[in-house]
Amino acid sequence: MKFADFVCQGAIRAELAAEDKESVIRELVTALVEAGKVSETDKEDIVKAIIKREELGSTGIGRGVAVPHTKHPSVERLVGTVGISHDGVDFDSLDGEKVQLLFLLISPPDRPGDHLRALENISRQLRDDMFCKFLKQAKTCEDICQLLEEADNNQFVS
Amino acid sequence: MTVVNPQGLHARPADLFVKTANQFSATIEVTKGNETVDGKSILSILTLAAEQGTELEINATGSDAQRALAALSELVENGFE
Repeated sequence: MKFADFVCQGAIRAELAAEDKESVIRELVTALVEAGKVSETDKEDIVKAIIKREELGSTGIGRGVAVPHTKHPSVERLVGTVGISHDGVDFDSLDGEKVQLLFLLISPPDRPGDHLRALENISRQLRDDMFCKFLKQAKTCEDICQLLEEADNNQFVS
Repeated sequence: MTVVNPQGLHARPADLFVKTANQFSATIEVTKGNETVDGKSILSILTLAAEQGTELEINATGSDAQRALAALSELVENGFE
């Protein structure tokens, strides 16, 4: 699976304003609402579900990256977005570090395979130091889109 | 061994696996097909995208390798419960 298969470009946020875990999750879900991927009426339910999932164990997987996610019946296919917090957000990460890069995923309950393949793609690309570094330094949504596209074209991972 | 939990090796099981692996000094490697990764790195474990039914091979080398293998096998076989 490639980034283009699940990242909604219109919901990418290059400069997240939120400064804590719950607000940053809400900011990214709101971005998906504004991009028309999630309906306003489902927003709070989705935010709550993602936060509940975080309570089971942080999705801050290290390297300044978090992959907050949930399953939700309102989506027919996997949707996701990317957000960058240049100051970093405390996310109770596994390595204790603040998170600058967030990949938020919402998947239909009956498609666990797609969710796994999205996690696979994210983790595979982020193992590359250059990709990780460039993404954290990205200043605009265009920069992020370009980096994701380059990653999709295997320009970072051999 | 086989991944038995319906959701596969997603973030939470991967976290549990890595936390368990890191309790041992042994070097731990996990193989799926022709791909072998570091069993102590969550990013590496997630790249396996191991769905339910996937066959995984776990190898451990070091003084506490046997205990590490026992703990990790139990975790996978019990579906990370």
